[in-house]
Amino acid sequence: MRQYASKTALAAIVLAAGLATGAGAQETIKVGVIQPLTGAFAASGNYVANGAKIAADEINAKGGVLGKKLELVIEDNKSNPTEAAAVAEKLIVRDKVPVMMGAWGSGFTLAIMPKLMEYKVPMLVETSSAGKITTSGNPYIFRISPPSSVEAVAFAKIVDKLKIGKADFLVVNNDWGRGAADDFGKMFKEHNIKVGLVETMDPPAQDMSAQLAKIKASDADTLIITTAVEQLTLIFKQAAALGLKKRIITTGGSQNPDQLIEQAGAAANDTTHITFFTPWNPNVSADPAMAKAFIDEWKKRGYPFAGLTESFRGYDGIRTIAAAINKAGKAEPEAIRAAFWQIELPGMNGTIKFNKAGPAGQESGQSNPGIYLIKIENGKVVLPSA
Amino acid sequence: MDQFLQHLVNAAVLGGTYALLGIGLTLIFGIMRVVNFTHGELYAFGAYTVYLIAAALGLNFFFGLVVAVVAGMLLGAMIEITLLRPMRQADIDTVMLVMIGAWIVMQNTELLVWGGVAKAIVTPFPDAPLVIGPVSISWLRVFVLAAALLLILGAYVLIHRTKLGKAMRATFQDPDAAALMGVHIKAIHTATFAIGSGLAAAAGALLGPVFLVTPTMGDLASLKAFAIVILGGLGNITGATIGAFILALVEELGAGYVSSGYRDAMGFLIIIVVLLFKPTGLFARAERVG
Repeated sequence: MRQYASKTALAAIVLAAGLATGAGAQETIKVGVIQPLTGAFAASGNYVANGAKIAADEINAKGGVLGKKLELVIEDNKSNPTEAAAVAEKLIVRDKVPVMMGAWGSGFTLAIMPKLMEYKVPMLVETSSAGKITTSGNPYIFRISPPSSVEAVAFAKIVDKLKIGKADFLVVNNDWGRGAADDFGKMFKEHNIKVGLVETMDPPAQDMSAQLAKIKASDADTLIITTAVEQLTLIFKQAAALGLKKRIITTGGSQNPDQLIEQAGAAANDTTHITFFTPWNPNVSADPAMAKAFIDEWKKRGYPFAGLTESFRGYDGIRTIAAAINKAGKAEPEAIRAAFWQIELPGMNGTIKFNKAGPAGQESGQSNPGIYLIKIENGKVVLPSA
Repeated sequence: MDQFLQHLVNAAVLGGTYALLGIGLTLIFGIMRVVNFTHGELYAFGAYTVYLIAAALGLNFFFGLVVAVVAGMLLGAMIEITLLRPMRQADIDTVMLVMIGAWIVMQNTELLVWGGVAKAIVTPFPDAPLVIGPVSISWLRVFVLAAALLLILGAYVLIHRTKLGKAMRATFQDPDAAALMGVHIKAIHTATFAIGSGLAAAAGALLGPVFLVTPTMGDLASLKAFAIVILGGLGNITGATIGAFILALVEELGAGYVSSGYRDAMGFLIIIVVLLFKPTGLFARAERVG
């Protein structure tokens, strides 16, 4: 009897200990987030990370995912592809995250992709738009941002109304910029729009006067620019100083129009921008109520309004990941990967649903969001009635 | 032809800004032989100081420029006294490591204080450009070019025509002989580093409003500065100035007529060619031996 009692006690202790450690280890579900928090793209990366935090807080306030709290493990890729691959490995191996979101720039995302294959962990891509991210046959990639080909197709619906005769391109010299020039150039030719110069600039370049002087002398009526807000600001100022008078349209969704208005001043007037979210008028968004709530929370936390056109990506990204984990029923990489294919949820710029992209058998997921065309007039953002 | 004239004007303006970057570094790297990785951070410091005075506090822009230069000199003197003075006997590698450390600390301090979002400085110059025939240029850039040329002239006179300049040159050629002649060696080291830093801050203060102010703005600036100093010959102010205009012209015409994607590559190609044929730079003087 004594022996029996001690055995039961022992079993109880073992069971309790097992429960305790089990509960301790599985209280939260970790999600890795890789963004450029320092370096050249620090501003954008921090916006996306803050958007992600709002989504996680919102989900946790409603009880979390599978009864557990979502825990974001945010790492800095220092605006550097080598660092991006290193922190991805750290998140997978040390933090054992079953899924990640990242990594803003196409170069950073591309650097991480072989690690996803190696460790078989899925990653949601929230910002990067280089075409080859989803066409290189990496089945662990699920992208909610539009690649420039999707952006060009969406833009094609309104391009005839703009009556462009001939267009020059000025793009940042990386996968993002060159991809945009290719995809938009192809679409223009289909619409009988001539393509003139294709000029490039290095990502950290500050003086684009040489390229702009050349563009000024060309016979094109429109200039298409693809780069992030910092370089756009400089280009607008330098184009104004050169007296360049052509219609300017920017692509890529990293323009932060409010920052452009504030920093480029009058030089930003009469420029047109393809954006992926319209915080100026949430009613235009695919889910106005959700957009309003997000904008209110963003303001409440004291973040700058200009950051919203970046931060919504982090918000949508984490919500998509949470939906996939819920669908999977367990926080395991393979189950989450499979679940990404089955989910469908409202995003800020349309329904998030993954379609197959890339070579058969190892397709990546690509969602096809809507785009919005906005114009800056007299220092204000104007949404043309599309 | 019109386009060519515009390219020439652009190159002149860009060359002036490169020269400003180059002359500060040629004093420190060329004369003191300190591989100064903090040069770009002093450049950013100058730009942030103007931002603080002119944009954040709303005071006069030109007052901001003066404050930036003085603050840059003080910061430079502080770096010299705290980091370089104890390292006077150390070899060049050790000093280089210390300066890399200082560079990282300074850049991350800027990120911490100002955040990653780029800042724009509004200037009192009109938005409408100055148009002369086919050529168009912003008033701000005309001012920057004029200020740069003045500063270059000032630096030249300081080094070659004043007693302080003579003491500086003497100190770095032969410290022992200079000390025996009554030159205060420690003070000269501090003064040289402070003047070089002040010029870097001046460059940042002038170019911050032209471009944008970011914590990483110094990286590209310091890369160009090193290239210009090597191109022009170490320690040679005239060389750095001419080297700066050559680099700007090559970049501008290269981007305008060859390929904008290889703009920076062409600048460095010129440097490689120069170093192949004149390893001491374009305008190096015969160095004193022994």
